[in-house]
Amino acid sequence: MTKSPMLRVAGLAVAYGGIRAIKGIDFEIYGGETVTLIGANGAGKTTTLRAITGLVPPVAGSIHLNGRDITGATSFSLVRQGLAMVPEGRGVFPQLTVSENVAMGAYIRDDKAEIARDVERVFSLFPRLRERAQQSAGTLSGGEQQMLAIGRALMSRPKLLLLDEPSMGLAPVIVQKVFAVIESIARDGVTILLVEQNANLALRTSDRAYVLESGLITIAGKSADLLSDPKVRAAYLGE
Amino acid sequence: METFLQQLFNGLTLGAVYAVVALGYTMVYGIIQLINFAHGEVVMIGAMVAFTIITLLANSGLPPVAIVLIGTSCAIPVCMIVGYALERIAYRPLRNAPRLAPLITAIGMSIVLQHVAMMVWSRNNLAFPQIIKTETYDIAGASVTNIQIVIVILCLVLMGGLLWLVHRTRLGISMRATAQNPRVAGLMGVNINREIAITFAIGAALGAVAGVMVGSYYGIAHYQMGALLGLKAFCAAVLGGIGNVPGAMVGGLLLGVIEALGAGYIGDLTDLCAVPWLFAGLAARCAAGEHISLFGSNYQDVFAFLVLIAVLVLRPSGLLGERVGDRA
Ligand SMILES: Nc1ncnc2c1ncn2[C@@H]1O[C@H](COP(=O)(O)OP(=O)(O)O)[C@@H](O)[C@H]1O
Ligand SMILES: [Mg+2]
Repeated sequence: MTKSPMLRVAGLAVAYGGIRAIKGIDFEIYGGETVTLIGANGAGKTTTLRAITGLVPPVAGSIHLNGRDITGATSFSLVRQGLAMVPEGRGVFPQLTVSENVAMGAYIRDDKAEIARDVERVFSLFPRLRERAQQSAGTLSGGEQQMLAIGRALMSRPKLLLLDEPSMGLAPVIVQKVFAVIESIARDGVTILLVEQNANLALRTSDRAYVLESGLITIAGKSADLLSDPKVRAAYLGE
Repeated sequence: METFLQQLFNGLTLGAVYAVVALGYTMVYGIIQLINFAHGEVVMIGAMVAFTIITLLANSGLPPVAIVLIGTSCAIPVCMIVGYALERIAYRPLRNAPRLAPLITAIGMSIVLQHVAMMVWSRNNLAFPQIIKTETYDIAGASVTNIQIVIVILCLVLMGGLLWLVHRTRLGISMRATAQNPRVAGLMGVNINREIAITFAIGAALGAVAGVMVGSYYGIAHYQMGALLGLKAFCAAVLGGIGNVPGAMVGGLLLGVIEALGAGYIGDLTDLCAVPWLFAGLAARCAAGEHISLFGSNYQDVFAFLVLIAVLVLRPSGLLGERVGDRA
Protein backbone atom coordinates (compact mmCIF):
# COMPACT_ATOMS: atom_id res chain seq x y z
CA MET A 1 0.00 0.00 0.00
CA THR A 2 1.42 3.37 -0.97
CA LYS A 3 0.07 6.26 1.01
CA SER A 4 -0.41 9.51 -0.86
CA PRO A 5 1.30 12.52 0.73
CA MET A 6 -0.55 15.17 2.69
CA LEU A 7 1.52 17.87 1.02
CA ARG A 8 3.19 17.44 -2.34
CA VAL A 9 5.35 20.22 -3.77
CA ALA A 10 6.53 19.60 -7.34
CA GLY A 11 8.83 21.71 -9.49
CA LEU A 12 8.14 24.77 -7.38
CA ALA A 13 9.80 27.99 -8.50
CA VAL A 14 9.26 31.44 -7.00
CA ALA A 15 10.70 34.76 -8.13
CA TYR A 16 10.83 38.24 -6.63
CA GLY A 17 10.84 40.79 -9.43
CA GLY A 18 12.47 38.45 -11.90
CA ILE A 19 15.06 37.05 -9.48
CA ARG A 20 14.44 33.42 -8.65
CA ALA A 21 14.53 32.70 -4.95
CA ILE A 22 13.27 29.10 -5.39
CA LYS A 23 14.53 27.34 -8.50
CA GLY A 24 12.42 24.23 -8.85
CA ILE A 25 12.10 22.08 -5.73
CA ASP A 26 10.22 18.85 -5.00
CA PHE A 27 9.30 17.48 -1.63
CA GLU A 28 6.44 15.79 0.13
CA ILE A 29 5.13 15.35 3.62
CA TYR A 30 3.05 12.37 4.74
CA GLY A 31 0.37 12.45 7.38
CA GLY A 32 1.76 12.22 10.92
CA GLU A 33 5.31 13.09 9.96
CA THR A 34 7.46 15.90 11.26
CA VAL A 35 9.60 17.10 8.38
CA THR A 36 12.21 19.80 8.61
CA LEU A 37 13.52 22.16 5.99
CA ILE A 38 16.90 23.50 7.00
CA GLY A 39 19.17 25.97 5.30
CA ALA A 40 21.24 29.08 5.78
CA ASN A 41 19.82 32.57 5.97
CA GLY A 42 18.52 33.55 2.53
CA ALA A 43 18.32 29.97 1.22
CA GLY A 44 14.62 30.38 0.43
CA LYS A 45 12.92 28.64 3.37
CA THR A 46 10.46 31.42 4.12
CA THR A 47 9.76 31.86 0.42
CA THR A 48 8.83 28.19 0.18
CA LEU A 49 6.33 28.57 3.03
CA ARG A 50 4.95 31.77 1.49
CA ALA A 51 4.32 29.92 -1.75
CA ILE A 52 2.53 27.09 0.06
CA THR A 53 0.31 29.50 1.97
CA GLY A 54 -0.59 31.60 -1.06
CA LEU A 55 1.33 34.68 0.04
CA VAL A 56 3.47 34.73 -3.12
CA PRO A 57 2.39 33.23 -6.45
CA PRO A 58 4.78 30.59 -7.81
CA VAL A 59 6.17 31.09 -11.31
CA ALA A 60 6.27 27.33 -11.92
CA GLY A 61 5.35 24.05 -10.29
CA SER A 62 2.42 22.82 -8.29
CA ILE A 63 1.37 22.36 -4.68
CA HIS A 64 -1.15 19.72 -3.63
CA LEU A 65 -2.73 19.44 -0.19
CA ASN A 66 -4.49 16.13 0.46
CA GLY A 67 -4.63 15.59 -3.29
CA ARG A 68 -6.22 18.98 -3.97
CA ASP A 69 -4.35 21.44 -6.14
CA ILE A 70 -3.80 24.56 -4.02
CA THR A 71 -1.28 26.24 -6.32
CA GLY A 72 -2.03 29.97 -6.26
CA ALA A 73 -5.00 29.52 -3.91
CA THR A 74 -5.91 32.52 -1.76
CA SER A 75 -4.35 32.49 1.67
CA PHE A 76 -7.61 32.70 3.55
CA SER A 77 -9.09 29.61 1.91
CA LEU A 78 -6.24 27.33 3.03
CA VAL A 79 -6.90 27.39 6.75
CA ARG A 80 -10.30 25.83 6.00
CA GLN A 81 -8.42 22.96 4.38
CA GLY A 82 -6.46 22.27 7.54
CA LEU A 83 -3.35 24.34 6.94
CA ALA A 84 -1.96 26.70 9.57
CA MET A 85 1.29 28.64 9.77
CA VAL A 86 3.35 30.20 12.52
CA PRO A 87 5.06 32.89 10.48
CA GLU A 88 8.64 34.04 10.71
CA GLY A 89 8.95 36.67 13.43
CA ARG A 90 5.74 35.27 15.06
CA GLY A 91 3.34 37.79 13.48
CA VAL A 92 1.21 38.32 16.56
CA PHE A 93 -1.28 41.19 16.33
CA PRO A 94 0.51 43.61 18.66
CA GLN A 95 -2.45 45.80 19.62
CA LEU A 96 -4.85 42.91 20.20
CA THR A 97 -4.89 41.27 23.59
CA VAL A 98 -3.49 37.79 24.05
CA SER A 99 -7.08 36.48 24.26
CA GLU A 100 -8.06 38.26 21.08
CA ASN A 101 -5.03 36.86 19.28
CA VAL A 102 -6.00 33.37 20.37
CA ALA A 103 -9.59 34.05 19.27
CA MET A 104 -8.33 35.11 15.84
CA GLY A 105 -6.83 31.65 15.48
CA ALA A 106 -10.36 30.25 15.66
CA TYR A 107 -11.69 32.79 13.17
CA ILE A 108 -13.05 30.15 10.81
CA ARG A 109 -14.80 28.16 13.52
CA ASP A 110 -18.30 28.59 14.91
CA ASP A 111 -18.46 25.88 17.57
CA LYS A 112 -18.35 28.14 20.64
CA ALA A 113 -18.13 25.38 23.23
CA GLU A 114 -15.34 23.56 21.42
CA ILE A 115 -13.46 26.82 20.91
CA ALA A 116 -13.65 27.50 24.64
CA ARG A 117 -12.18 24.05 25.28
CA ASP A 118 -9.34 24.69 22.85
CA VAL A 119 -8.60 28.06 24.44
CA GLU A 120 -8.34 26.20 27.73
CA ARG A 121 -5.97 23.71 26.11
CA VAL A 122 -3.74 26.46 24.72
CA PHE A 123 -3.64 28.17 28.11
CA SER A 124 -2.71 24.96 29.89
CA LEU A 125 -0.01 24.34 27.29
CA PHE A 126 1.31 27.88 27.87
CA PRO A 127 0.37 29.03 31.40
CA ARG A 128 2.22 32.32 30.85
CA LEU A 129 -0.37 33.25 28.25
CA ARG A 130 -3.22 32.73 30.69
CA GLU A 131 -1.58 35.13 33.13
CA ARG A 132 -1.30 37.70 30.37
CA ALA A 133 -4.61 37.06 28.66
CA GLN A 134 -5.80 40.67 28.85
CA GLN A 135 -2.46 42.23 28.00
CA SER A 136 -1.80 43.43 24.47
CA ALA A 137 0.39 40.99 22.59
CA GLY A 138 2.95 43.62 21.69
CA THR A 139 3.97 43.83 25.34
CA LEU A 140 4.94 40.14 25.54
CA SER A 141 8.54 38.93 25.46
CA GLY A 142 9.82 37.22 22.32
CA GLY A 143 9.36 33.77 23.82
CA GLU A 144 5.84 34.54 24.95
CA GLN A 145 5.00 35.87 21.51
CA GLN A 146 6.28 32.67 19.95
CA MET A 147 4.09 30.64 22.29
CA LEU A 148 1.15 32.86 21.44
CA ALA A 149 1.77 32.42 17.72
CA ILE A 150 1.87 28.64 18.15
CA GLY A 151 -1.19 28.59 20.38
CA ARG A 152 -3.07 30.77 17.92
CA ALA A 153 -2.19 28.46 15.03
CA LEU A 154 -3.46 25.45 17.00
CA MET A 155 -6.84 27.14 17.46
CA SER A 156 -7.79 26.34 13.86
CA ARG A 157 -7.21 22.62 14.62
CA PRO A 158 -4.78 22.25 11.73
CA LYS A 159 -3.89 18.95 10.09
CA LEU A 160 -0.69 20.43 8.75
CA LEU A 161 1.26 23.02 10.75
CA LEU A 162 4.01 25.09 9.16
CA LEU A 163 6.52 26.63 11.57
CA ASP A 164 8.97 29.25 10.31
CA GLU A 165 12.06 29.45 12.53
CA PRO A 166 10.37 29.16 15.90
CA SER A 167 13.77 29.37 17.63
CA MET A 168 14.70 32.70 16.05
CA GLY A 169 15.89 35.28 18.54
CA LEU A 170 15.01 33.24 21.64
CA ALA A 171 17.17 32.38 24.63
CA PRO A 172 18.28 28.71 24.68
CA VAL A 173 16.07 27.84 27.67
CA ILE A 174 13.03 29.22 25.87
CA VAL A 175 13.99 27.39 22.68
CA GLN A 176 13.98 24.12 24.65
CA LYS A 177 10.47 24.86 25.92
CA VAL A 178 9.18 25.77 22.49
CA PHE A 179 10.58 22.60 20.96
CA ALA A 180 9.14 20.47 23.73
CA VAL A 181 5.74 21.90 22.82
CA ILE A 182 6.32 21.24 19.12
CA GLU A 183 7.08 17.61 19.94
CA SER A 184 3.92 17.30 21.99
CA ILE A 185 1.89 18.79 19.13
CA ALA A 186 3.41 16.19 16.81
CA ARG A 187 2.51 13.42 19.28
CA ASP A 188 -1.09 14.65 19.14
CA GLY A 189 -1.06 13.67 15.48
CA VAL A 190 -0.51 17.03 13.79
CA THR A 191 1.69 16.84 10.71
CA ILE A 192 4.49 19.39 10.91
CA LEU A 193 6.77 21.17 8.49
CA LEU A 194 9.48 22.79 10.58
CA VAL A 195 11.69 25.40 8.95
CA GLU A 196 14.86 26.12 10.89
CA GLN A 197 18.33 27.56 10.77
CA ASN A 198 19.08 25.73 13.99
CA ALA A 199 19.81 22.46 12.16
CA ASN A 200 20.90 20.47 15.19
CA LEU A 201 17.66 21.03 17.06
CA ALA A 202 15.51 20.66 13.96
CA LEU A 203 17.08 17.34 12.98
CA ARG A 204 16.64 15.97 16.51
CA THR A 205 12.97 16.97 16.50
CA SER A 206 12.01 15.62 13.07
CA ASP A 207 11.57 12.33 11.17
CA ARG A 208 12.84 13.48 7.79
CA ALA A 209 14.73 16.50 6.50
CA TYR A 210 15.48 18.49 3.38
CA VAL A 211 18.43 20.83 3.02
CA LEU A 212 17.77 23.98 1.00
CA GLU A 213 20.69 25.85 -0.56
CA SER A 214 20.21 28.93 -2.70
CA GLY A 215 16.76 27.89 -3.80
CA LEU A 216 17.53 24.23 -4.48
CA ILE A 217 17.14 21.08 -2.38
CA THR A 218 20.60 19.56 -2.16
CA ILE A 219 20.17 16.84 0.46
CA ALA A 220 17.13 14.82 1.51
CA GLY A 221 16.81 11.94 3.93
CA LYS A 222 16.03 10.67 7.39
CA SER A 223 16.87 13.22 10.04
CA ALA A 224 18.92 10.70 11.98
CA ASP A 225 21.01 9.98 8.86
CA LEU A 226 21.57 13.67 8.20
CA LEU A 227 22.71 14.16 11.78
CA SER A 228 25.54 11.73 11.16
CA ASP A 229 26.26 12.86 7.59
CA PRO A 230 29.74 14.47 7.57
CA LYS A 231 28.73 16.98 4.87
CA VAL A 232 25.75 18.15 6.89
CA ARG A 233 27.78 18.20 10.06
CA ALA A 234 30.39 20.38 8.41
CA ALA A 235 27.99 22.81 6.76
CA TYR A 236 25.12 23.07 9.26
CA LEU A 237 26.19 21.70 12.61
CA GLY A 238 29.29 23.81 12.88
CA GLU A 239 31.83 21.01 12.92
CA MET B 1 -18.86 83.53 30.21
CA GLU B 2 -22.01 83.47 28.13
CA THR B 3 -19.97 83.54 24.94
CA PHE B 4 -17.85 80.74 26.29
CA LEU B 5 -20.79 78.49 27.13
CA GLN B 6 -22.56 79.33 23.90
CA GLN B 7 -19.51 78.59 21.79
CA LEU B 8 -18.83 75.45 23.80
CA PHE B 9 -22.29 74.11 22.93
CA ASN B 10 -21.93 75.10 19.29
CA GLY B 11 -18.47 73.56 19.22
CA LEU B 12 -19.64 70.30 20.72
CA THR B 13 -22.38 70.03 18.11
CA LEU B 14 -20.00 70.66 15.26
CA GLY B 15 -17.30 68.55 16.88
CA ALA B 16 -19.61 65.57 17.25
CA VAL B 17 -20.26 65.73 13.51
CA TYR B 18 -16.54 66.10 12.75
CA ALA B 19 -15.90 63.08 14.92
CA VAL B 20 -18.36 60.90 13.03
CA VAL B 21 -16.91 62.00 9.70
CA ALA B 22 -13.35 61.60 11.00
CA LEU B 23 -14.13 57.96 11.83
CA GLY B 24 -14.53 57.30 8.12
CA TYR B 25 -11.06 58.66 7.41
CA THR B 26 -9.40 56.95 10.31
CA MET B 27 -10.94 53.50 9.79
CA VAL B 28 -9.90 53.41 6.15
CA TYR B 29 -6.46 54.74 6.96
CA GLY B 30 -6.09 52.18 9.72
CA ILE B 31 -6.75 49.27 7.41
CA ILE B 32 -5.04 50.29 4.13
CA GLN B 33 -3.05 53.45 5.01
CA LEU B 34 -5.00 55.43 2.44
CA ILE B 35 -6.36 58.91 3.05
CA ASN B 36 -9.68 58.63 1.29
CA PHE B 37 -10.07 62.24 0.24
CA ALA B 38 -13.40 61.41 -1.39
CA HIS B 39 -14.96 60.70 2.01
CA GLY B 40 -16.17 64.30 2.35
CA GLU B 41 -18.07 63.82 -0.91
CA VAL B 42 -19.69 60.67 0.47
CA VAL B 43 -20.96 62.82 3.33
CA MET B 44 -22.24 65.36 0.81
CA ILE B 45 -24.08 62.68 -1.13
CA GLY B 46 -25.68 61.55 2.12
CA ALA B 47 -26.97 65.08 2.66
CA MET B 48 -28.17 65.33 -0.94
CA VAL B 49 -30.06 62.04 -0.94
CA ALA B 50 -31.70 62.94 2.37
CA PHE B 51 -32.57 66.37 0.95
CA THR B 52 -34.32 64.79 -2.03
CA ILE B 53 -36.30 62.31 0.05
CA ILE B 54 -37.23 64.84 2.73
CA THR B 55 -38.35 67.36 0.11
CA LEU B 56 -40.43 64.69 -1.62
CA LEU B 57 -42.14 63.68 1.60
CA ALA B 58 -42.37 67.14 3.20
CA ASN B 59 -46.06 67.50 2.39
CA SER B 60 -46.97 63.84 2.68
CA GLY B 61 -48.54 64.31 6.10
CA LEU B 62 -46.14 61.86 7.70
CA PRO B 63 -44.77 62.92 11.07
CA PRO B 64 -41.60 65.02 10.57
CA VAL B 65 -39.40 62.66 12.57
CA ALA B 66 -40.50 59.77 10.38
CA ILE B 67 -39.66 61.75 7.25
CA VAL B 68 -36.16 62.51 8.49
CA LEU B 69 -35.69 58.87 9.46
CA ILE B 70 -36.79 57.72 6.01
CA GLY B 71 -34.44 60.26 4.42
CA THR B 72 -31.57 58.99 6.54
CA SER B 73 -32.33 55.36 5.86
CA CYS B 74 -32.21 56.09 2.13
CA ALA B 75 -28.97 58.05 2.43
CA ILE B 76 -27.19 55.28 4.33
CA PRO B 77 -27.40 52.52 1.70
CA VAL B 78 -26.66 54.95 -1.14
CA CYS B 79 -23.52 56.13 0.63
CA MET B 80 -22.50 52.57 1.47
CA ILE B 81 -22.73 51.68 -2.19
CA VAL B 82 -20.71 54.76 -3.16
CA GLY B 83 -18.08 53.93 -0.53
CA TYR B 84 -17.91 50.32 -1.66
CA ALA B 85 -17.71 51.35 -5.31
CA LEU B 86 -14.85 53.75 -4.57
CA GLU B 87 -12.88 50.97 -2.97
CA ARG B 88 -13.73 48.41 -5.60
CA ILE B 89 -13.24 50.54 -8.71
CA ALA B 90 -10.70 53.16 -7.72
CA TYR B 91 -8.56 51.90 -4.86
CA ARG B 92 -8.38 48.10 -5.02
CA PRO B 93 -6.59 48.03 -8.38
CA LEU B 94 -3.95 50.30 -6.83
CA ARG B 95 -3.56 48.35 -3.58
CA ASN B 96 0.08 47.53 -4.32
CA ALA B 97 0.93 50.68 -6.25
CA PRO B 98 3.20 53.39 -4.81
CA ARG B 99 1.29 55.37 -2.20
CA LEU B 100 1.03 58.52 -4.26
CA ALA B 101 -1.13 56.79 -6.88
CA PRO B 102 -4.14 55.98 -4.66
CA LEU B 103 -3.83 59.37 -2.98
CA ILE B 104 -4.13 61.19 -6.29
CA THR B 105 -6.92 58.83 -7.29
CA ALA B 106 -8.75 59.75 -4.10
CA ILE B 107 -8.54 63.44 -4.97
CA GLY B 108 -9.74 62.58 -8.47
CA MET B 109 -12.67 60.61 -7.12
CA SER B 110 -13.69 63.51 -4.92
CA ILE B 111 -13.78 65.78 -7.96
CA VAL B 112 -15.76 63.19 -9.92
CA LEU B 113 -18.31 62.80 -7.11
CA GLN B 114 -18.69 66.56 -6.76
CA HIS B 115 -19.45 66.93 -10.41
CA VAL B 116 -21.84 64.02 -10.55
CA ALA B 117 -23.66 65.63 -7.61
CA MET B 118 -23.65 68.97 -9.41
CA MET B 119 -25.29 67.38 -12.44
CA VAL B 120 -27.90 65.60 -10.36
CA TRP B 121 -28.67 68.29 -7.77
CA SER B 122 -27.62 71.51 -9.56
CA ARG B 123 -24.99 74.00 -8.48
CA ASN B 124 -27.40 75.92 -6.22
CA ASN B 125 -27.72 75.95 -2.48
CA LEU B 126 -30.55 73.58 -1.68
CA ALA B 127 -32.67 74.59 1.26
CA PHE B 128 -33.37 71.67 3.58
CA PRO B 129 -37.10 71.79 4.35
CA GLN B 130 -37.38 72.87 7.97
CA ILE B 131 -39.95 70.27 8.84
CA ILE B 132 -38.79 69.82 12.41
CA LYS B 133 -39.70 72.89 14.45
CA THR B 134 -36.64 74.32 16.10
CA GLU B 135 -37.03 74.79 19.82
CA THR B 136 -34.51 76.73 21.78
CA TYR B 137 -33.63 76.08 25.40
CA ASP B 138 -31.80 78.42 27.68
CA ILE B 139 -28.93 76.86 29.61
CA ALA B 140 -27.17 79.30 31.92
CA GLY B 141 -27.58 82.10 29.45
CA ALA B 142 -26.55 80.11 26.38
CA SER B 143 -29.17 78.89 23.94
CA VAL B 144 -29.25 75.33 22.69
CA THR B 145 -31.65 73.96 20.10
CA ASN B 146 -33.37 70.60 20.08
CA ILE B 147 -31.55 69.82 16.81
CA GLN B 148 -28.19 70.40 18.49
CA ILE B 149 -29.13 68.11 21.33
CA VAL B 150 -30.28 65.38 18.96
CA ILE B 151 -27.09 65.70 16.90
CA VAL B 152 -24.82 65.37 19.92
CA ILE B 153 -26.74 62.43 21.38
CA LEU B 154 -26.92 60.65 18.03
CA CYS B 155 -23.21 61.11 17.43
CA LEU B 156 -22.40 59.75 20.88
CA VAL B 157 -24.61 56.73 20.21
CA LEU B 158 -22.93 56.13 16.84
CA MET B 159 -19.48 56.39 18.39
CA GLY B 160 -20.42 54.07 21.24
CA GLY B 161 -21.86 51.61 18.75
CA LEU B 162 -18.73 51.68 16.67
CA LEU B 163 -16.49 51.14 19.70
CA TRP B 164 -18.63 48.18 20.66
CA LEU B 165 -18.40 46.78 17.13
CA VAL B 166 -14.65 47.22 16.91
CA HIS B 167 -13.82 45.80 20.33
CA ARG B 168 -16.55 43.33 21.16
CA THR B 169 -17.52 41.56 17.96
CA ARG B 170 -15.72 39.02 15.84
CA LEU B 171 -15.99 41.36 12.85
CA GLY B 172 -14.37 44.17 14.83
CA ILE B 173 -11.54 42.02 16.10
CA SER B 174 -10.80 40.70 12.63
CA MET B 175 -10.89 44.25 11.25
CA ARG B 176 -8.32 45.36 13.79
CA ALA B 177 -6.23 42.26 13.12
CA THR B 178 -6.32 43.00 9.39
CA ALA B 179 -5.25 46.59 10.06
CA GLN B 180 -2.29 45.40 12.11
CA ASN B 181 -1.08 42.60 9.87
CA PRO B 182 -3.14 41.75 6.80
CA ARG B 183 -1.00 38.79 5.70
CA VAL B 184 -1.26 37.05 9.03
CA ALA B 185 -4.97 37.85 9.27
CA GLY B 186 -5.28 36.14 5.89
CA LEU B 187 -3.53 33.07 7.28
CA MET B 188 -6.22 32.94 9.99
CA GLY B 189 -8.86 32.73 7.26
CA VAL B 190 -9.83 36.39 7.07
CA ASN B 191 -10.83 37.49 3.57
CA ILE B 192 -8.96 40.76 3.51
CA ASN B 193 -10.77 42.23 0.52
CA ARG B 194 -14.08 41.66 2.25
CA GLU B 195 -12.78 43.23 5.44
CA ILE B 196 -11.60 46.33 3.58
CA ALA B 197 -14.88 46.64 1.70
CA ILE B 198 -16.81 46.43 4.98
CA THR B 199 -14.60 49.12 6.47
CA PHE B 200 -15.39 51.46 3.58
CA ALA B 201 -19.10 50.68 3.86
CA ILE B 202 -19.22 51.34 7.61
CA GLY B 203 -17.30 54.60 7.23
CA ALA B 204 -19.68 55.65 4.46
CA ALA B 205 -22.76 54.78 6.52
CA LEU B 206 -21.48 56.98 9.34
CA GLY B 207 -20.75 59.67 6.77
CA ALA B 208 -24.31 59.47 5.48
CA VAL B 209 -25.73 60.15 8.93
CA ALA B 210 -23.27 63.00 9.39
CA GLY B 211 -24.40 64.46 6.06
CA VAL B 212 -28.03 64.47 7.14
CA MET B 213 -27.08 66.10 10.43
CA VAL B 214 -25.03 68.84 8.79
CA GLY B 215 -27.80 69.49 6.29
CA SER B 216 -30.41 69.80 9.03
CA TYR B 217 -28.15 71.87 11.25
CA TYR B 218 -27.23 74.48 8.67
CA GLY B 219 -30.46 74.08 6.71
CA ILE B 220 -28.70 73.85 3.36
CA ALA B 221 -26.97 71.34 1.15
CA HIS B 222 -24.57 72.11 -1.67
CA TYR B 223 -22.52 69.92 -3.97
CA GLN B 224 -19.29 71.35 -2.57
CA MET B 225 -20.27 71.10 1.09
CA GLY B 226 -18.21 67.94 1.52
CA ALA B 227 -14.90 69.49 0.61
CA LEU B 228 -14.28 71.75 3.59
CA LEU B 229 -16.16 69.49 5.99
CA GLY B 230 -14.08 66.53 4.85
CA LEU B 231 -10.85 68.44 5.17
CA LYS B 232 -11.71 69.50 8.70
CA ALA B 233 -12.71 66.01 9.69
CA PHE B 234 -9.41 64.81 8.27
CA CYS B 235 -7.65 67.38 10.49
CA ALA B 236 -9.64 65.99 13.41
CA ALA B 237 -8.51 62.46 12.57
CA VAL B 238 -4.88 63.59 12.43
CA LEU B 239 -5.32 65.48 15.70
CA GLY B 240 -6.55 62.33 17.42
CA GLY B 241 -3.98 60.12 15.71
CA ILE B 242 -4.91 58.84 12.29
CA GLY B 243 -5.84 55.17 12.29
CA ASN B 244 -7.00 55.35 15.89
CA VAL B 245 -10.78 55.05 16.40
CA PRO B 246 -11.10 56.69 19.84
CA GLY B 247 -8.59 59.26 18.58
CA ALA B 248 -10.95 60.35 15.81
CA MET B 249 -13.71 60.83 18.36
CA VAL B 250 -11.57 62.91 20.71
CA GLY B 251 -10.00 64.80 17.81
CA GLY B 252 -13.38 65.64 16.30
CA LEU B 253 -14.92 66.94 19.51
CA LEU B 254 -11.79 68.89 20.37
CA LEU B 255 -11.52 70.44 16.94
CA GLY B 256 -15.16 71.53 17.01
CA VAL B 257 -14.68 73.20 20.37
CA ILE B 258 -11.39 74.85 19.39
CA GLU B 259 -12.98 76.15 16.22
CA ALA B 260 -16.07 77.51 17.95
CA LEU B 261 -14.16 79.12 20.79
CA GLY B 262 -11.68 80.52 18.31
CA ALA B 263 -14.47 82.02 16.26
CA GLY B 264 -16.08 83.39 19.40
CA TYR B 265 -12.99 85.08 20.68
CA ILE B 266 -10.99 85.91 17.60
CA GLY B 267 -12.52 89.39 17.50
CA ASP B 268 -11.44 90.11 21.08
CA LEU B 269 -8.06 88.50 20.60
CA THR B 270 -7.24 90.63 17.61
CA ASP B 271 -8.87 93.76 19.03
CA LEU B 272 -6.90 96.65 17.61
CA CYS B 273 -8.19 98.99 20.32
CA ALA B 274 -5.84 97.19 22.70
CA VAL B 275 -3.01 98.79 20.76
CA PRO B 276 -4.48 102.22 19.98
CA TRP B 277 -1.04 103.66 19.09
CA LEU B 278 -0.75 101.28 16.10
CA PHE B 279 -1.94 103.74 13.50
CA ALA B 280 -3.17 107.29 13.37
CA GLY B 281 -6.81 107.88 14.17
CA LEU B 282 -7.27 104.49 15.80
CA ALA B 283 -7.40 105.87 19.34
CA ALA B 284 -10.06 108.36 18.38
CA ARG B 285 -12.27 105.77 16.71
CA CYS B 286 -11.96 103.40 19.64
CA ALA B 287 -12.79 106.20 22.02
CA ALA B 288 -15.93 106.80 19.99
CA GLY B 289 -16.98 103.25 20.91
CA GLU B 290 -16.17 101.52 17.61
CA HIS B 291 -15.02 97.90 17.63
CA ILE B 292 -12.15 97.32 15.28
CA SER B 293 -10.64 93.85 15.02
CA LEU B 294 -8.03 92.47 12.68
CA PHE B 295 -9.94 89.22 12.15
CA GLY B 296 -13.63 88.40 12.47
CA SER B 297 -15.45 85.13 13.06
CA ASN B 298 -15.40 84.51 9.32
CA TYR B 299 -11.85 83.33 9.98
CA GLN B 300 -13.30 80.35 11.84
CA ASP B 301 -12.12 77.90 9.18
CA VAL B 302 -8.51 78.82 9.80
CA PHE B 303 -8.43 77.06 13.16
CA ALA B 304 -8.73 73.54 11.82
CA PHE B 305 -5.65 74.09 9.72
CA LEU B 306 -3.74 75.82 12.48
CA VAL B 307 -4.47 72.75 14.59
CA LEU B 308 -3.33 70.50 11.76
CA ILE B 309 -0.05 72.38 11.42
CA ALA B 310 0.49 72.40 15.18
CA VAL B 311 -0.10 68.65 15.41
CA LEU B 312 2.18 67.87 12.50
CA VAL B 313 4.94 69.96 14.04
CA LEU B 314 4.55 69.06 17.71
CA ARG B 315 3.12 65.56 17.77
CA PRO B 316 2.85 63.96 14.32
CA SER B 317 1.37 60.77 15.72
CA GLY B 318 -1.61 62.71 17.13
CA LEU B 319 -3.02 62.74 20.64
CA LEU B 320 -3.84 59.04 20.96
CA GLY B 321 -1.87 57.69 18.02
CA GLU B 322 0.99 55.29 18.43
CA ARG B 323 4.15 55.97 16.56
CA VAL B 324 3.73 54.41 13.16
CA GLY B 325 6.54 52.34 11.79
CA ASP B 326 7.97 50.61 14.80
CA ARG B 327 6.17 47.43 13.85
CA ALA B 328 7.74 45.46 11.03
N1 LIG C 1 9.99 40.33 -0.44
C1 LIG C 1 11.15 40.04 -1.08
N2 LIG C 1 11.52 40.76 -2.16
C2 LIG C 1 12.67 40.49 -2.81
N3 LIG C 1 13.51 39.50 -2.48
C3 LIG C 1 13.18 38.75 -1.40
C4 LIG C 1 11.98 38.97 -0.65
N4 LIG C 1 11.92 38.07 0.35
C5 LIG C 1 13.03 37.32 0.23
N5 LIG C 1 13.78 37.71 -0.82
C6 LIG C 1 15.05 37.09 -1.27
O1 LIG C 1 14.78 35.75 -1.55
C7 LIG C 1 15.82 34.91 -1.04
C8 LIG C 1 15.24 33.89 -0.08
O2 LIG C 1 14.76 34.56 1.06
P1 LIG C 1 13.99 33.80 2.23
O3 LIG C 1 12.98 32.92 1.64
O4 LIG C 1 13.51 34.84 3.18
O5 LIG C 1 15.15 32.98 2.89
P2 LIG C 1 15.21 32.24 4.30
O6 LIG C 1 13.86 32.21 4.90
O7 LIG C 1 15.75 30.89 3.99
O8 LIG C 1 16.18 33.02 5.13
C9 LIG C 1 16.83 35.83 -0.42
O9 LIG C 1 17.86 36.06 -1.36
C10 LIG C 1 16.07 37.09 -0.16
O10 LIG C 1 16.90 38.20 -0.25
MG1 LIG D 1 13.25 32.98 6.67
